[in-house]
Amino acid sequence: MCLAVPMKLVEMNGPLGVVELGGLRREVGLDLLADVRVGDYLIVHAGYAIEKLDEAEALKTLQLFRDLAGEDEPQP
Amino acid sequence: MRYLEEFRGAGEAQAVLGQIRGALRGRRVRIMEVCGGHTMALWRYGLPGLLQESVDLLSGPGCPVCVTPNAYLDRAVALARHPGTIVVTFGDLMRVPGSSSTLLAERARGGDIRPVYSPRDALDVARAHPERTAVFLGIGFETTAPTVAAALISAREAGLANFRMLSALKTMPQALRALAGAGEVRLDGLILPGHVTAVTGAAPFHFLAEEFRIPCVVSGFEPLDLLQSLWMLARQVSEGRAEVEIQYLRAARPQGNPRAREVLDRVFCSTAAQWRGMGAIPGSGLALREEWSGFAAEAIPVEVEAEREHPGCRCGDVIRGAVRPEECSLFAGPCRPESPAGACMVSEEGACAAHYRYRHHS
Repeated sequence: MCLAVPMKLVEMNGPLGVVELGGLRREVGLDLLADVRVGDYLIVHAGYAIEKLDEAEALKTLQLFRDLAGEDEPQP
Repeated sequence: MRYLEEFRGAGEAQAVLGQIRGALRGRRVRIMEVCGGHTMALWRYGLPGLLQESVDLLSGPGCPVCVTPNAYLDRAVALARHPGTIVVTFGDLMRVPGSSSTLLAERARGGDIRPVYSPRDALDVARAHPERTAVFLGIGFETTAPTVAAALISAREAGLANFRMLSALKTMPQALRALAGAGEVRLDGLILPGHVTAVTGAAPFHFLAEEFRIPCVVSGFEPLDLLQSLWMLARQVSEGRAEVEIQYLRAARPQGNPRAREVLDRVFCSTAAQWRGMGAIPGSGLALREEWSGFAAEAIPVEVEAEREHPGCRCGDVIRGAVRPEECSLFAGPCRPESPAGACMVSEEGACAAHYRYRHHS
């Protein structure tokens, strides 16, 4: 029920936008976000964007995994 | 970059598994994942099996369909039988058994019941049928409640006089307080719901660490997210800390989404709510505010049957983490996804459905 996926905002028209994921396009309500622009990744749930994805944080997390996988010994 | 598959790497998963085992140094911990989305992701990726020597995973009360009591479903069934009414619902509710029927069965008998993806779709149904009343079944937690509120605001702005909502919307913090306060299940840590926290922020969950000394991590939904969250919990346990940490920082900020909460607060106020298996919990539900009560579907006069539970179904105990699905005598026998006795076997996110579907997986 609380499933939500990151989708890229490709069009905006007032309180409605169009998001895209892997070629699938869907209408999205932007009523719950204060500041969005085309190109943002949005966390979409039940037809509304509930948050904006923070790409810098996502990359930090991915870098941590890469670093870990590059190590043999567990960190203390 | 899609911010999905990148969080599923097998090599990275092995590395984090090693970190979890290293942090726990042979100790076995019991962790509850609160959210049904986490339950499904954990089982889909076989994590309970990979972790069985170090982590005992229990599912909690975070599957909205599962915690919705039969009385609500019975009212939805009664509304479906009421002339001039269209019931509009998230698809998850269609097959959930009420006391004696399901919405799917009612549709087969001629009831007009329409599964939708978004509360906004329910407005379209109302618009297309001005001569009838469209009732949206509002279930879900803080993730979903703002979307229902936004749809209600749009309905009022559009002057949709034939739109109603039946609320079983719930909020997590008081349910977790009830669970922690009961002390029925000893927990070494909690995986907190990522998309609920994206809305609420972390503050409403601080009491879990401060009052109950339970380590908590707000997690994302991909396998590496969940493994990292378990690693963070393992470190809290081994260092004797109890804090609310956020692993899912790319979506759940410490302060949450104030705009979503504002929309929610405009339409809803806090109320007591009935939870399957947990009874009435004060301050754990959302009701329409007085000035929005014209949208309340409770005012539609229908006769609702007396609530009764399926004999033998232990869904209520499963929701509290008091028993595992396998401990229910109906599990995988008379109760299967194609013939469910209880909601936990129906929902995509129910613990029984996850354990059943992936039982040969771990």
